[in-house]
Amino acid sequence: MIGVELQKLVRRPRTWVAVGLLCLLPTIVAVFLATTRISPPPGQGAAFLSAVLQSGSLYPAAALALVLPIFLPVAVAVIAGDSVAGESSQGTLRYLLVRPVRRTSLLVAKLVAVVVFVVGSVLAVAGSSYVVGVSLFGAGDPVAVVRALPEVTGGDDAVAGTGPEAAPAGGQVGGSAAASGGQAQRPGADTGDATAVDPDAARERAQASVSSLSGEALSPADLAARLLGAMGYVTVSMLGVAAIALFLSTITTSSLGATLGALAALITSQVLVSLDAAASVTPYLPTRYWLAWVDFFRDPIFLRDITAGLWLQAGYVVVLMLAAWANFTTKDVTS
Amino acid sequence: MSAPLVIETRGLTKRFGAHVAVDDVDLHVVEGARYGFLGPNGSGKTTMVRMLLGLVYATRGEITVLGRPVPSRVAEVLPEIGAMVEGPAAYPHLSGRANLALLDAAGPRRRSTGRSRRRRVEEVLERVGLGAIDRRPVRAYSLGMRQRLGLAGALLDEPRLLVLDEPTNGLDPHGIREVRDLLIELNERGTTVFLSSHLLAEIEALCTTVGVVDRGRLVLEDDLDAVRGPTGRLVVRTPDPDAAARVLGRAVAERHDHTLVVDAAPGGPPALARHLVENGVPLDGLVEQRRSLEDVVVSLTGPGSDTSRSRRNGARP
Repeated sequence: MIGVELQKLVRRPRTWVAVGLLCLLPTIVAVFLATTRISPPPGQGAAFLSAVLQSGSLYPAAALALVLPIFLPVAVAVIAGDSVAGESSQGTLRYLLVRPVRRTSLLVAKLVAVVVFVVGSVLAVAGSSYVVGVSLFGAGDPVAVVRALPEVTGGDDAVAGTGPEAAPAGGQVGGSAAASGGQAQRPGADTGDATAVDPDAARERAQASVSSLSGEALSPADLAARLLGAMGYVTVSMLGVAAIALFLSTITTSSLGATLGALAALITSQVLVSLDAAASVTPYLPTRYWLAWVDFFRDPIFLRDITAGLWLQAGYVVVLMLAAWANFTTKDVTS
Repeated sequence: MSAPLVIETRGLTKRFGAHVAVDDVDLHVVEGARYGFLGPNGSGKTTMVRMLLGLVYATRGEITVLGRPVPSRVAEVLPEIGAMVEGPAAYPHLSGRANLALLDAAGPRRRSTGRSRRRRVEEVLERVGLGAIDRRPVRAYSLGMRQRLGLAGALLDEPRLLVLDEPTNGLDPHGIREVRDLLIELNERGTTVFLSSHLLAEIEALCTTVGVVDRGRLVLEDDLDAVRGPTGRLVVRTPDPDAAARVLGRAVAERHDHTLVVDAAPGGPPALARHLVENGVPLDGLVEQRRSLEDVVVSLTGPGSDTSRSRRNGARP
């Protein structure tokens, strides 16, 4: 059944349109950067954008930062929201079930297809932006990454106050702003409660800032490994969205409803993450650790948030998929 | 009913909220039958079909299909069933062939080779009269072509039992005839056909057994021949109805122009014919009156749920 679902995914024009659009955005940005040579100052704009002028091989990371806040979650919500509800409203669900396809295996196959879509689009974005980046900016010297990032993190304490305001206003719309704002706000939230600061982490961060100023060059292998780690983490981050949309997709017969429901959940989460008053729930919000992939480019790699993000996404996937399974296997298929 | 039952339900009931869609139905479909499930729109036919296939779960009652309980063991039963439920459905951006190949790959023979899959798809397309279709996507198909494609999907696994919900919807008269011939041919080779329809003529032309459903209740289930049995009256056609009426007196039950409906006397048609001829009444014809399926259905059921007329107004004069 997984093979059938993958065939359906691959043979659907919409899939390729989505992947194409995801690759298009970083390309457009790259063309503007390359023609004007005006890069956003470090700490503003999407993470890494300031660094890519020196090193095109960093552009995949910049591209991830561009598509992560809106484009990618929207595409995932569309595909996952349509997965069951679309079959249902189209009438093909009943014909699959009487073939027979067991409801559980259909659900699993749908999830696998969505995961394949996420992996495929992240790979496509990274691949296309690597080609675009290297051809427009040259391979350069990837040390820039280590130099650029600490300036973002180094500004943490300074921008911490603006983070909570910037992010809700930008919400999903100011994607790149949310990226840097969220990034800046996170450590700020930590320092707001001084006793809660993990001293080790603080030291690590300070070290990262310092060492990065005199940063060591990244070997191509090191860069590739960090990129792969970031891509993997971004993929996992999308699984929570996929699980929300898939769960809603088993409830309604309207794929639009499921997609919009998932997006509404994400926007709510984005708003709450940046709201100090909601601090008690922020650690459990699906978008809380979305930007932790940036930590793959710190020196040394900062794993605390990455680990927390992986656990959080796993929790969302398990809980929502169980809910989807419980609902789907017991419901009357009347469409 | 000595042959084994392929479908049996006991006290089957389905509620959607306060609405009772199917109400205490005991269905019996004998192996090898062509069973017509007849009822007006909204009478619960489709819900019934969905319950037989495990798509909708019953509120109460038991279902046995091909000897196994449904829905608990429906996965063992479904590979032997070909089904069309409430109109055809397909992926609109793919061709008919691609749709069938996907459906085949999702089914019980999912591990078969590409070549045998293509052969199977061509076979069923040929059978339903779509052998010559090109690579157009299903989105460009007419309703009749979609209907045929749906039927092709139901035939993929040479099923023992066909469950078809309104299979001739959207077909032209030629197509209806073709589908009917195909179903009869399949039935003669051993496939049991369970067909639901709101079209009396379709059931009458195709089926051997009929179940009539009215507002969720099964009000009649019998062989079609038994349903259309003699009424105990004779129909006399004569060029001189006045003379016939005089001779027959109070035996005449109804009179329309040159036709009289007469209560049967001992001796049956031959005795009546002799009696009339001996009294100088010329005869054009004399047959036993048989009930039509329509009369039976109208007398047993109320108006469809999509009308609000009372039964009396709906009945024929």
